[in-house]
Amino acid sequence: MPAPATFSSSGAAFFGGVKSALASVFFPVIAGTYVGIGALAHDFSFPSWWLALSTVLVWAAPAQVILISALGTGSALIEAAVAVSLSGIRLLPMVVALLPLVRRKGTRLRQLLLPVHFTAVSMWVESLRLLPAVAPERRISFCNGLSTTYMATATASGFVGFYLAAGLPPLLAGALLFLTPMSFLISTARNARMLVDRVALVLGLVLGPFLASFDIGLDLMWTGVVGGTAAYAFHRWREATT
Amino acid sequence: MTALELWPYVALILVGFLPNEIWRGLGLLLARGLDEDSEVVVWSRAVATAILAGVIAKLILFPNGALTNIPLFVRTAAAVCGFAAFLAIRRSAFVGVAVGEAALMLGGFVFAR
Repeated sequence: MPAPATFSSSGAAFFGGVKSALASVFFPVIAGTYVGIGALAHDFSFPSWWLALSTVLVWAAPAQVILISALGTGSALIEAAVAVSLSGIRLLPMVVALLPLVRRKGTRLRQLLLPVHFTAVSMWVESLRLLPAVAPERRISFCNGLSTTYMATATASGFVGFYLAAGLPPLLAGALLFLTPMSFLISTARNARMLVDRVALVLGLVLGPFLASFDIGLDLMWTGVVGGTAAYAFHRWREATT
Repeated sequence: MTALELWPYVALILVGFLPNEIWRGLGLLLARGLDEDSEVVVWSRAVATAILAGVIAKLILFPNGALTNIPLFVRTAAAVCGFAAFLAIRRSAFVGVAVGEAALMLGGFVFAR
């Protein structure tokens, strides 16, 4: 567990977040991932500023890969929108699990808008790991420092990938896109200290591709509801019997 | 700017931003008044973790972009190697990601299509 952090001001907490972001595994992972996404955007001839705007507005690597591939290969717009939206379902329970950590009595709604928009796997995993050790009144600033650093890294790396694209060997481009699932897998497992989270992780790994291979639609939502609920039920049953 | 140049940006808002952001907005709405020990929050975390695991498995098994050029068994084996390295070596995320990536590149190089 990281040592408790008491910050003397919101500014200090913000920079504490910046430092935590730079020291985390997500700093090189986000940089590499967005070099890969930049190359992808270049291959499908999107403007570099379009990519930067999509990073700031969408802020979810899997959704951006789907968006670029779908629009780039000329899929129907509604089809692309549905695919993006399905990949984004995870953001809802993530926000629900994150907000009680950052909100206090008297926190205004507008103070929560940035942390909510910044919610993405990297920020969520690190916030759940680090925030309990941060004083409650500094958590929003800490979160914003952490997230701003990740987003700035992603945006800058997108430009790098965009202009490197032509010289990027296909094997390396593939390896950059592999950073997302590899780092998500490891960081989720690292954060899964409670049994309920471990069971949910294993069930999701099995159910996700299983349901997807049947082409039933909304497969990720069902993976979450079925896998998450089963894990939660198992956790309640264990608590009741021990 | 002509309409044609503006179109990708309109598509970005309609097809990228809004369908994704709606879930964050709903989360904000639903999280009102919940505290971190409440059962709904524990359940939400389990659901988020399961969906995330589903996304991970799908990105490895049914990838997009340049990752499709690397054979399925190389992608799967690389993920297993990375995860094993993470467990074996001080539960370090850096080590796990580095070993997984090295395995993927090695396998991709040997079994290139």
